[in-house]
Amino acid sequence: MTAHIGTATSRVDGRAKVTGAAKYAAEFTAPDLAFGVVVSATIPKGRIVSIDAGRACAVEGVIDVLTHANRIRMADKDEAYRDEVAPEDGAPYRPLYDDRVHFNFQPVALVVAEDEDTARFAATLVDIRYHTEEFATDLHARREQAFKVDKPVKPRGDATKALSGASVRHDADYGVPIEYHNPMELYGSTVLWREGGKLVVYDKTQGVQNVQRYVCGVFELKEGDVQVMSPFVGGAFGSGLRPQYQVVLAAMAALKLKRAVRVVLSRAQMYGLCYRPATIERLALGAREDGTLAALTHEAIAMTSQHEAFSRNDIGWGEVLYASANSRATHRLAKLDVPTPGDMRAPGAASGVYGLECAMDELAVALKMDPLALRLRCYSDRDQDKDLPFSSKRLKECYQQGADAFGWSKRSPKPRSMRDGRELVGWGMASGAWEAMQMPFATRIVMTANGHVEVASATSDIGTGTYTIMAQVAAEMLGVPLDSITVKLGDSTLPKAPVEGGSWTAASISHAIVNAADDIRAELLKIAFTMQDSPLQGLSAEEVTLADGAVMAIADRSRSVPMADIMRHGGMDRIEKERGSEFENDDQHAHNTHSAIFAEVKVDEELGVIRVTRIVSAVAAGRILNTKTAASQIMGGVVMGVGMALHEEATIDHRFGRIMNANVAEYHMPVNADIHDIRVIFVDEEDRIINKMGIKGVGEIGIVGVPAAIANAVYHATGKRVRDLPITLDKLLG
Amino acid sequence: MSPSRESAAPLTKPAPLSVTLRINGESRTLSVAPWTTLLDLLRNHLDLTGTKKGCDHGQCGACTVLIDGRRALSCLTLAVMKDGAEITTIEGLAKGDELHPLQQAFIDHDAFQCGYCTPGQICSAAGLIAEGKAKTREEIRELMSGNICRCGAYPNIVGAIEQAMGGGR
Amino acid sequence: MNNFDYVRACDVAEAVKMKAATPHAKFIAGGTNLIDLMKYHVEQPRRLIDISRLPLTAVEETSAGGVRIGALVPNSTLAYHSLIESRYPLLASAILAGASAQLRNMASTGGNLLQRTRCAYFYDVATPCNKRTPGAGCSATGGLNRNHAILGASADCIATHPSDMCVALAALNATVQVTGAQGERAIPFADFHRLPGDRPDLDNTLRADEIILAVVLPPQGFAANHSYLKLRDRLSYAFALVSVAAALELDGGRIGEARLALGGVAHKPWRNEAAENALRGQAPGHEAFGRAADILLKDAKHVAHNAFKVPLARRAIIRTLTQAASGTPQIQSIKTIR
Repeated sequence: MTAHIGTATSRVDGRAKVTGAAKYAAEFTAPDLAFGVVVSATIPKGRIVSIDAGRACAVEGVIDVLTHANRIRMADKDEAYRDEVAPEDGAPYRPLYDDRVHFNFQPVALVVAEDEDTARFAATLVDIRYHTEEFATDLHARREQAFKVDKPVKPRGDATKALSGASVRHDADYGVPIEYHNPMELYGSTVLWREGGKLVVYDKTQGVQNVQRYVCGVFELKEGDVQVMSPFVGGAFGSGLRPQYQVVLAAMAALKLKRAVRVVLSRAQMYGLCYRPATIERLALGAREDGTLAALTHEAIAMTSQHEAFSRNDIGWGEVLYASANSRATHRLAKLDVPTPGDMRAPGAASGVYGLECAMDELAVALKMDPLALRLRCYSDRDQDKDLPFSSKRLKECYQQGADAFGWSKRSPKPRSMRDGRELVGWGMASGAWEAMQMPFATRIVMTANGHVEVASATSDIGTGTYTIMAQVAAEMLGVPLDSITVKLGDSTLPKAPVEGGSWTAASISHAIVNAADDIRAELLKIAFTMQDSPLQGLSAEEVTLADGAVMAIADRSRSVPMADIMRHGGMDRIEKERGSEFENDDQHAHNTHSAIFAEVKVDEELGVIRVTRIVSAVAAGRILNTKTAASQIMGGVVMGVGMALHEEATIDHRFGRIMNANVAEYHMPVNADIHDIRVIFVDEEDRIINKMGIKGVGEIGIVGVPAAIANAVYHATGKRVRDLPITLDKLLG
Repeated sequence: MSPSRESAAPLTKPAPLSVTLRINGESRTLSVAPWTTLLDLLRNHLDLTGTKKGCDHGQCGACTVLIDGRRALSCLTLAVMKDGAEITTIEGLAKGDELHPLQQAFIDHDAFQCGYCTPGQICSAAGLIAEGKAKTREEIRELMSGNICRCGAYPNIVGAIEQAMGGGR
Repeated sequence: MNNFDYVRACDVAEAVKMKAATPHAKFIAGGTNLIDLMKYHVEQPRRLIDISRLPLTAVEETSAGGVRIGALVPNSTLAYHSLIESRYPLLASAILAGASAQLRNMASTGGNLLQRTRCAYFYDVATPCNKRTPGAGCSATGGLNRNHAILGASADCIATHPSDMCVALAALNATVQVTGAQGERAIPFADFHRLPGDRPDLDNTLRADEIILAVVLPPQGFAANHSYLKLRDRLSYAFALVSVAAALELDGGRIGEARLALGGVAHKPWRNEAAENALRGQAPGHEAFGRAADILLKDAKHVAHNAFKVPLARRAIIRTLTQAASGTPQIQSIKTIR
């Protein structure tokens, strides 16, 4: 039997991606395709007084200019716009609905033309007059007005008293700026119009069924009238969890004009979509002389829009990582005239753990303790908030293996004590944690008598490797070669799947496949055991396995019957089974992934130039389905963490309420030259509790802790503590 | 947009011009307006969507193609200016079913995730190898820095290029 | 992009004639900056005159012992040209510090001189900018100005020139050969780019009907003692916060000729004669370099977010001069700064 699960299998969609054959949302076409170009608001708040599209419409080739004034009918209830990822609290933004401007870069018109260049030109001719209202876009200016949100983290003990009585205290604010996902693919939708007003939508999304329900709701269409597809997604990192406005505009134009319409946003317009909210992470730690924690408080103050209250778990990670008898965690939101923030890779954790892990580093300095020793001293075997043990937590092994691989024991504790020529060398570390979630997913497997297997689910592959792991699990369970498996996903007509997010897809889809494969196997065995002269006669289901395209005896692999023969014998062309992931609810354990990150930086002592020369990320995330693609996931998280630490910040001119680096030249993300050695270690973690296969997921954990490890390394190198990200060279001068 | 500027600009579309390009070995004569970039020509007019649009402003490298053998950004290239040029896109690298060594190396090294920057990375790497200026990993990193990969596959991209250059690993 | 028509010039005389005949016409060669600006609607030419096929692609030695670089020589060709690599490595290095390999393959020598600022307000037509719309007001002065000028700025404009190549050309005392309706002329590099004053819309002294023919380098290339150091927000493919081109002639332990030019600090590549004079005759070293830096930065003025550029420039000047003096120039692919 060939093992597929747990191997370093190359991506099954690799060939399509390296040859340019893989088609993304804006690459589908139709003979009647028209092109829509969005006109964006240039004010952050107010009202549209007038729109004069006369000159735009006069351009040859322009078909229509859609605005709130001439739009087609849209639902007038908030529920219709509330997709499966929308915040519970608030009224979702309605694209092109009325004359209100809620944020800068909001779409205010869609110019549709026979070709894209003409639409772009005509879009510059639409004359829009606004009445601007008083607005606010600065989190720091609105910090005092932030309101408290209900969060499940319960206070324990008396943190205030314990803090004041602690022998060593550390208390500081850590700043995370607005960050954008900036997936390489521009947001775009191609909507084909079918006779009778049905729509076929190719959309850049992490959830085709979420978009399908949303489009149906917004335009009051029947479920069967809309099909949403997204076979390839050019990165998303959370930005595609909620339907984005271009799909509404493209669908509206297609419905109004009764023809195919494609709308692709510009890179600048993508700064009017969601983003990681700026937050102030306020941490206070009180410790005894031996390093044990007496108190831990974490207050997050984050931005949100006026119309929706978006927040994630920034503040609960201390409960998972460090034992402390007293704790308090609060989350506040300041409403600003901005688009609603959204989930960006490890939402909440990336920001909250940054603050927590820098604070732990500062506490270690105050205690004159090694930062790793402090983590081990405070290690928690329980989720203290839930008051539960973990289904598995091999974080100690992460610390150990990461430290060994990095050479942490050779660290000289004093800041500024290690150097290499003109560069100060700094070694820093941090812990990471994320939730190991699982969701109800369904999969359909079709096995045909010619040996082909199709595995289908409405989930997505946003670069995470879903295509590949689905094929691997099916190949292993059904004993067929990888290349006889076709994976279908990214189509709303396929079996049910929620959005691809939260690192829950790998575990969830794998169990659905295992269950469906079990049903196929049962069907095959039922026939096989009744075949006359079968070499399998007398064997029980437990004594046979599916391998090499046959059902065979485990004890004697020469006793086998090809599956094709079994199906022929049963008179079947195909066996089709659909099953769900069917997880048992486990409320007796906390479920998390964990990591330890070790970073080396070299900082030019005079010029402040920072280079991240080495990173070791040791991750405990249960069973790893594909060591190749999973390592890439972690590596990608580390690279994004480098960006978070050193580069990324969307800067708003608060006089205009407008982002002034809405591009990818001055919104700096790491380039190849910024990235050096990254080593990913997967710590063996067998989890027999979380689910049958012991899978946890790796999409988010890779970024968590990386910014803190780098910030701590910069401190160790320079003796300078920069708490507001990104750590740019100017912050190290002087 | 500020409404007043250049308000006298004519509202007609620019007249199309005839352009002949040799694309992946095949000569194509097309009628295109001067404002059409090579990128939009490939994607919208020829359905050669392997060449990607990531920023449309020369800031990301996703649209990299080879023009007369040199890597260039098709988003900042007006198609009419390249009359007579030889264009190689990602669709033109493989020989039939046989992948270009860079394509195979990118698969082997898992040098991509979402795949959207990948055609640009591979075309850029083909240009890099032809230039012959990159010998070390540092030089590959520097000379591949015009191709942003948001999935963060950089170390694997460098590894793939080394493999294709014959450096092993 | 706006509507424009397109013509291709067959020779220089025709190009000049075409330009003179059409208001709001622009020459296009590499297009890397102009097309970018047209897509942001910052530039809206009525006509593009394609000069990319003019015979201005030679790199050749002059009778005076220098090198003449045709205006259409691509940046990458120039950086890797044997004459430039061997005799003017400072220029080669500065070119390789800028943009990306793809952009350097496309961008022309003349076009590099004509790059416009990366000031965010200049690029965003939703905000006022004197450079884009004279009299509209400068948004950067009271806005986000971390990237802006510390030298030679005016009340109307604090933008910086974005080129790396031009910083080296300034240090090398290049001249710019141009021709136009009134005939050919040679513009010393220092006079080519302007300070903003009250006309920030004008980046340079090229007349509307003129075209760049070539950039001419004088014989002295400082091949032995030079360095180009660029400091930015990531390690490649980013515009300079501060960059320094340094070139020295060392004569028995003393500095003879000295050149120092800065990028990222002013509306043009910044030279200061007094600072260079202060280096001449001195022993190379931290003290002399610091003195030169202090002279160069004497009149530096910062706005809200760019105060760091003053100490950064001082340290960068000293470091770059140190690299130049020791004959260990910065290698652009190596990110350790020696």
